[in-house]
Formats: sequence, C-alpha cells, structure tokens
Amino acid sequence: MAQITCKDLSFAYEGETVLSGINFSIDAGSYLCIVGKNGSGKSTLMKGLLGLKKPSSGSITLGDGLKQTEIGYLPQQTQLQRDFPASVYEVVLSGRLNSMGGRLFYNAEDKKAAQENMERLGIEDIKDRCYMELSGGQQQRVLLARAMCATKKLLLLDEPVTGLDPVATNEMYNLIKLINLCDNTSVIMISHDIHEAVRYATHILHLGNRQLFFGTTAQYRESDLARRFVGGGRA
Amino acid sequence: MIELIREMFSYHFMTRAIIVGVLVSLCAALLGVSLVLKRYSMIGDGLSHVGFGALAIAAAVNVAPLALAVPVVVAAAFLLLRITQSSRIKGDAAIALISSSALAVGVAVISMTTGMNTDVSNYMFGSILSLSRADAVLSVALSATVLLMFVLLYPRIFAVTFDETFAKATGTSAERYNTIIAVLTAVTVVLGMRMMGALLISSLIIFPALTSMRLCRSFKSVVVCSAIISVVCFVLGMAVSYMFELPSGASVVIINIAVFLLFSIASLLKRRA
Repeated sequence: MAQITCKDLSFAYEGETVLSGINFSIDAGSYLCIVGKNGSGKSTLMKGLLGLKKPSSGSITLGDGLKQTEIGYLPQQTQLQRDFPASVYEVVLSGRLNSMGGRLFYNAEDKKAAQENMERLGIEDIKDRCYMELSGGQQQRVLLARAMCATKKLLLLDEPVTGLDPVATNEMYNLIKLINLCDNTSVIMISHDIHEAVRYATHILHLGNRQLFFGTTAQYRESDLARRFVGGGRA
Repeated sequence: MIELIREMFSYHFMTRAIIVGVLVSLCAALLGVSLVLKRYSMIGDGLSHVGFGALAIAAAVNVAPLALAVPVVVAAAFLLLRITQSSRIKGDAAIALISSSALAVGVAVISMTTGMNTDVSNYMFGSILSLSRADAVLSVALSATVLLMFVLLYPRIFAVTFDETFAKATGTSAERYNTIIAVLTAVTVVLGMRMMGALLISSLIIFPALTSMRLCRSFKSVVVCSAIISVVCFVLGMAVSYMFELPSGASVVIINIAVFLLFSIASLLKRRA
C-alpha cells in the first residue's frame, strides 16, 4: 500500500482555490520533487501533507503504517531572533518530541537517537555550539538531523538548499539522497532547482495551481512540459 | 552584610516577603526566557495594567484582591493571545489598547471610591508591607504550581519557543502550550505586582532573560542563569531597599539594570578577546 495517497485534493484560502486536482501517491523509499513557479501551490500542498492546512475537498490518506506524527519536516528557513540561544544538541533532540507520547522528559533512547543522527550528518563535533552562530550549511544539517529524529519513514523538505553556497548545496543534496537510499526513508522535497530535482528524484510532481504532471523522472524528461521548463533554466 | 540579613529576617513580614519574592522571581525569570524569545515581552507589561484595574475594582467592592485579580488577568491573557494570533489588530497595538483601557477603568474606579490612598500607590509601585498572611500562602502555592508546570513541560516549551511550525507539523499543539505559557505568565504577573508594583513587574520578566542571553549560548544555560540572576537580584534589591528605605520594586529593578550592564560589558570583552 502507498505511504501517501492524495485524491482529488484541492486547497483554498478564504474561499479562493489556489490548488486543485491533485492526484498522486508515493510508496516507501520514493524521492518526490515538487516543482513549479512561485505561487503555484507547492508550499500549500506541503502544509496540507503536514496536517497544518485542511483541504477544501478531496482526501489525503496515509498508509503503510505511517502516522501523521511520523513525518519529519525541514521548514523553509524561518526567521529566528538573531541571538536565539539554543545549542545544536538541544535543537536536534527536540525532533524527538513526537515520539514522547505522554512522557514528560527525553529518555536514554531519545538521546541516543539524537547522538546517532548528529554523527551521521557530521555535526557531532559542534553539538555544544550555538545554532545561530553556525554557517547556513551547518544550520540546514542541524535541521535535517532534527527531522531525522522525528522519523525513519518520511521527510518533507521545503527548499532545503535556499541560501547555501554551491559546495554546501551539493553536500546537502548528497546527504538527502544517501538517507533516502540507506534508510529507505521517503523524501518529498519542494525545489526551485529543476536540474537538481531531475538528477536526484525518482518522481516529479509539477504544479501550476493544479497538477500539471505527476510521474517518474524518466517520464518527466520526455514530457513537453519538462522540455519547456528545463530548457528555460530555473523555475 | 550578614548582620544586615539577620536583622532583615528578624521581621516576620520581611521573611514572608522574601520567601514569596524569591518564588515569584523564579517564575518570572523562567517564563521570561520564553516570552522574550517569542517576542511577547510586552505581554507582561500589558497584563500588569489589567492587574492594576482588577485590584482597584477589588478594593472598591471589598473582595480579596488576589482572588479577583488572578482570574481577570488570566482572562486578559487568553484574549491577548487570541488577538495576537488572529492578527486583525497587530499584537503590540492590541496590548497597548487593552492595558491603557484597564488602567483608565482602574483610575476611574479609584477616584469614584476611595481616592488615591496608600493601597493604590502600593499597587502602582509595590510594597512588601501590603502582603497579608493569606496572600502569602496563596502566592507560595500558585508560584510553586507555575514552577512545577514549567519544569514538567520544559522540552515542549523549548520546542514551541524555538520553532512553532516544526512543533505543529510533528503533532505538538503549539496553541495549547502558548496558552499555558500565557496563563502561567498572568498568574506570575499578579503575584509579582504586590511586590514590584504594576509599573515595574514586567522588568522582573524580561531583565533576567536578556541579561543571561548576553553570555549564555544554549537554552538550558539561559534558563538556569536567568533563575539564578533573578533570585540574587531580588535578594540584593530587598537588602538595598531595607538599608536605604527605598521602595522594594524600584530597588530590585535598579540591581537588575546594574547586572545587565555588567553582563553586557562582559559580553563585549569576550567578543573582543
């Protein structure tokens, strides 16, 4: 059974439909890139998948044993107060909140998971540093580690490479692909960079206030849409 | 110094005030970290004005001041959060609106009944003498509850303070914890008002957090450091107030300013080095 199935999904803000006719499903281990122009409904769909915004019609069905709280999320860079005091370890550990249930404090297992994910992403040596003092690439790794603490099944990433330099961008993409392949963790990523999307993803969902394309990356490459879109450079 | 402290504690009302004051300072410092980081600093100030209005009415109709003020200020905290979230009126404007309205009602009620007597002046600027035995018992119970709640909910409060969207996306009800923080703040503000006065209580909330943020770089160290700074400043402030016969609230704030400046200088030196 598919992990996520969207059927005739549409979203509206104050009665005005911004996205409609969404029909797709993804299986465990897929890597889906959501592409489209600004304002095409990518972030709205992401909010819907996270359960932060109710669809105006249609349904999102979770399957394959996936629960709503088992989704790891890497938000688009949020505007935090510049001097927010939080260590890397504190941020990563907070990803375990959803697995606490009724427990009040983190237990040894939570701390181990945080430790492991920091080691995997190579941020173990900066665990006591202040999050706000890190470089953009390091900050994104910390947020990715936090998302990994929240789930082994599905990561939702909202433009994870925005504002990173080319080296950090490449590292980030490789890390995400590695997690996808090694852990069989599904990835749904909003991306502005169509070339990179086509390079890494197994599936593409192209939005333009409605569903313009959904299928495998190979099919997408053959489509007219991709020729126009990719040919025109960045989305 | 030891002699002075022994002398202070020889008065019953002083001992009582210091016990209550230390507990309320702790509450204010802990909640303050979250409030300052969420940019809710002004909520404490707004709530204290509502508290002033409530106390004035309580004095006019002759009911126990805390029994009336606590529920009224908690209700105001709910209202402020609602307005801030719905964002039809911007947060800071909403706070200004509610706090000045409450102040106006308070002043009107006072002039219709007793006039500006000592009670009212105590609410404005704080007085340790205004604390009755019943008030003290209630204050200790309530502040112990606030402290307990904060400690038990610590991981969730951190998550909601650091990144509300992530907390919501992974199934934590951010609204619930925002409401809890607001209610705890409301209770703390009312309790602190007797000691610090309506005009000065918000400093108890923001100063320790801002001071420790000069030097500490993790959430936990900021929380612990704020708690220590807050208690130390309170006790020193009380000693100063006793020695120079100054109002207690003002003395505590002045000590807090001094410590804040010290920490700021230390932070500057650290950055240079």
